Amino acid sequence: MTEIGVWAGFCAVVRRDLMLAFRRPQELANPLVFFVMAVSLFPLGVSPEKSFLAPAAAGVVWVASLLATLLSLDALFRADHEDGSLEQLTLAPQPLFILVLAKVFAHWLTTGLPLLLLSPVLALMLHVDESLLGVLMLSLLVGTPVLSLIGAIGAALTVGLRVGGVLISLLVLPLYIPVLIFGTGMVQSAAAGMDYTATLAMLGAILALSLTLAPFAAAAALKISVSN
Amino acid sequence: MWEAFKQWFHRWGSPKWFYERSLMWSFWLGWGALILLPVGMVWGLAFAPQDYQQGNSFRIIYLHVPAAILAQSCYMIMAVAGFVSLVWRMKMADVVLKCAAPIGASFCFLALFTGAVWGKPTWGTWWEWDARLTAMLILLFLYFGIIALEAAIEDKITAGRAAAVLSLVGVVNIPIIKYSVEWWRTLHQPATFKLTEKPDMPVEMWAPLLVMVIGVYCFFGYSLFLRSRNEIIERERRTLWVRELLAKEGKA
Repeated sequence: MTEIGVWAGFCAVVRRDLMLAFRRPQELANPLVFFVMAVSLFPLGVSPEKSFLAPAAAGVVWVASLLATLLSLDALFRADHEDGSLEQLTLAPQPLFILVLAKVFAHWLTTGLPLLLLSPVLALMLHVDESLLGVLMLSLLVGTPVLSLIGAIGAALTVGLRVGGVLISLLVLPLYIPVLIFGTGMVQSAAAGMDYTATLAMLGAILALSLTLAPFAAAAALKISVSN
Repeated sequence: MWEAFKQWFHRWGSPKWFYERSLMWSFWLGWGALILLPVGMVWGLAFAPQDYQQGNSFRIIYLHVPAAILAQSCYMIMAVAGFVSLVWRMKMADVVLKCAAPIGASFCFLALFTGAVWGKPTWGTWWEWDARLTAMLILLFLYFGIIALEAAIEDKITAGRAAAVLSLVGVVNIPIIKYSVEWWRTLHQPATFKLTEKPDMPVEMWAPLLVMVIGVYCFFGYSLFLRSRNEIIERERRTLWVRELLAKEGKA
């Protein structure tokens, strides 16, 4: 038997999770459909006027993508926990946080990235100025990985529980608030014609912090949940 | 010195030792709170001089600031307990973490509530999405999350360790609260109290505040000990020493 390196283990988990996700395209589409529907509730529920929609658009898109991510988090470890492969992952020779990082990366590829790609269409429907689309996508590009990373901690803590889904939102939403503030702040300062690099740097710092710490916390949480 | 500290640390980690020693501690802390809180309250509310700008409305500071300070230190205590629980697997750390959460949440709510009451006459609004206020609201949500997680997991050891991870993750919020008034100069005024500097208000004004802060800490210690003692008896009810204790008191 040959030893499998850390990088190979990472790639194997990403490939496996992507394959599993693409075998069920319906589940893959659910968060996206939710995203589109949640965004379209705002013009219907508050006001279809351009004077409301254009300044609110960044926040609406951000809140909707945050909720859509939240919806998809429960599935991150649950299926693996039910069929026992999560236990195999914790026993694997590779460090668990690397494998968690791989699962989070796969989650971002199947949830965060599609949301990011869909966002300009919705932003145009909300009358966002075309020059701001790039900034909005940039804020989502840096922000959505953080949503997956922090969300993984909540998903790992609740994986063995029946009430998981609701509890995740309670645990994770407070930690999402800074990302939301800086993500929308970036678009708003760009809309006001100001320099947004400072906000982008803050968002990047949050990404760096959660990229280095969240996998460890999620791995520790998984070990606790699995050992139960 | 180090050996003595280690011994002290391990003794407090034992539920039986904790239960026996905490009675005396909770007694003195309870008396401390019972004396300091009314003294500070009457002194602050009735005798401290009026603020030259805010008049009498500033007096809510004597409730607001101690509650806010305590809500944050309670979270720090929980994070330290969480760290101890994860590293040394101490039962008592789990107990302290679990028992501190509702107290911290109550004080956090009190700080937000008194802040709203204070904000209405001074800022003309009950609530503002100011950085300090929002960060405190997040702290309240974190407390709720920890309490909910602790309640959702049936096995007490798993629940304790899961709550420990969550409280360590949430600790990033504490420096945000602390520095929010300096990073974003918005509505909320900068810190009233600093350990390193002389407060820039007259002694007649800050002395009752100091009394209130110490009194609130006494009350916190008292209720934490009380709750922890209760929790210990509940968790250790099958052990010999608890059975003997209950038999001695004629309750089992």
